[in-house]
Amino acid sequence: MATRTEGDLSTVLTAGGVRRSFGAAVVLDGVDLTIAPGEVVALLGGSGSGKSTLLRILAGLDPDATGTVFRPPHQAVVFQEHRLLPWKRVIDNVSLGLTGPDVRARARAALAEVGLPDRDNAWPAELSGGQAQRVAVARALVREPELLLLDEPFGALDALTRLRMQQLFIRLREQHGFAALLVTHDVDEALLLADRTLVLEGGRLVEDAPVPLTHPRTPDDLGFGGLRRHLLERLGVTA
Amino acid sequence: MTAAPRTAAPAAVRTTPAETAAPGRAARPRSGRRVLRLVSPVVLLAAWESAARTGLLPPEKLPAPSEVLQTGWRLAGDGTLALHLLDSLQRAAIGLALGGGLALLLGALAGLLRVGDDLVDPPVQMARMLPHLGLVPLLIIWVGIGEELKITLVALGSFFPIYFNTYAGIRDIDERLVEAARTCGLGHLARLRHVVLPGALPSLFLGLRLAIGAAWLSLVVGEQVNAQTGIGFLMMEAREFAQTDVVLLGLLVYALLGLLSDLLLRIAERRTLSWRRGLKAT
Repeated sequence: MATRTEGDLSTVLTAGGVRRSFGAAVVLDGVDLTIAPGEVVALLGGSGSGKSTLLRILAGLDPDATGTVFRPPHQAVVFQEHRLLPWKRVIDNVSLGLTGPDVRARARAALAEVGLPDRDNAWPAELSGGQAQRVAVARALVREPELLLLDEPFGALDALTRLRMQQLFIRLREQHGFAALLVTHDVDEALLLADRTLVLEGGRLVEDAPVPLTHPRTPDDLGFGGLRRHLLERLGVTA
Repeated sequence: MTAAPRTAAPAAVRTTPAETAAPGRAARPRSGRRVLRLVSPVVLLAAWESAARTGLLPPEKLPAPSEVLQTGWRLAGDGTLALHLLDSLQRAAIGLALGGGLALLLGALAGLLRVGDDLVDPPVQMARMLPHLGLVPLLIIWVGIGEELKITLVALGSFFPIYFNTYAGIRDIDERLVEAARTCGLGHLARLRHVVLPGALPSLFLGLRLAIGAAWLSLVVGEQVNAQTGIGFLMMEAREFAQTDVVLLGLLVYALLGLLSDLLLRIAERRTLSWRRGLKAT
């Protein structure tokens, strides 16, 4: 799999002809994808459609995939589980792998941004699910990524916490202007957060459509329902 | 005795009475229970003491506990005990360092690399079936009856628990954490330092505790073969002169050594693995 860290300036990520099979089962059968700087793209698909596989390939975690991926120099990943190292305090988890001057101050600033300014000394096990996921977002944010890859990042949270995290995501995106690929199975979440939606089916991207809604968005916006119905239909759910 | 320290043992070993008593039975006053738990040992000791004093127990078979303590005081006073104790400790330390060091190296090799697993693990798995204390006759032929024998026995005894727990500790690390560390830009060495080593540490501590137990056991046997010093020698010599009190004292010292080393290690463990306290609290 060819990998490079520079693409042309109009895209922050370019992937071409991405293929991945597990034994005889072909999960990704030639996926082409570009993401523009600052663009939020939601990747939808039924379970087992290969959404997470694609994200892992884009994150550079899958050496067995074929195709080309051009990545930005700084990208970060937020997984469905927080994946914090249990033996490191929150601040050390956030600054994991960081180099350069005042690493701690940068990590503290990132924690403050996700609303946890005074939990820097806590152990991950002492945090609630939502707090831990905030720390995971801070860990990604502190790397100042051009592209954020998110694999169902709010999927394991309760409904209220999920709404708060979505608000947090919108705010951070406005402040930092990162591009993001958001893997989700939640159509509402995709329509609330994304500029563009992709649907993965049978190993290919079968739909690539902009979300023509203005911010701030709510599910009772005009046009939200229609887009929602359309996407659900695309995913094989008829209301 | 390689049979006892095995990776299957952790559950039984880790659960100390204090830990099991903590959650559910907190309602009962803890100090009251502690006193209650002291009753039967004290009664047994008192019964032993009075049986020995009244001559019910012949002194050459089982002298009174107070007499054993007196003997201990005497031997400690004239420096005999310290001399033998230091020699025993030195053997244990050298054997443990050699056996444990090699086990750590090979366990890491087998745990981290597939080729290491294929080359190292099969012979180790076969060798662990040999009861290492049963190797004494062969070891005497190989290394003689001197210091080498004692140290080799301790090294053999401590090798297996540390090897298996190093291996298991590395293998049990959550692959997803390693992956997350990769996305944070950590290379091989950094992942080893920040993820693999701390992740395997609880297992390493368990291995070390089992290894120390095995080391004392090996020492007990090793020091009964042609030793000139050491707690085991002290006991063998005392047996020849029918000094039962000294034999009992030797046993007491061995027990205290085991207890003390386990206690020290548990304190070190609690300090190093303080992140797990939070884990328990939730």
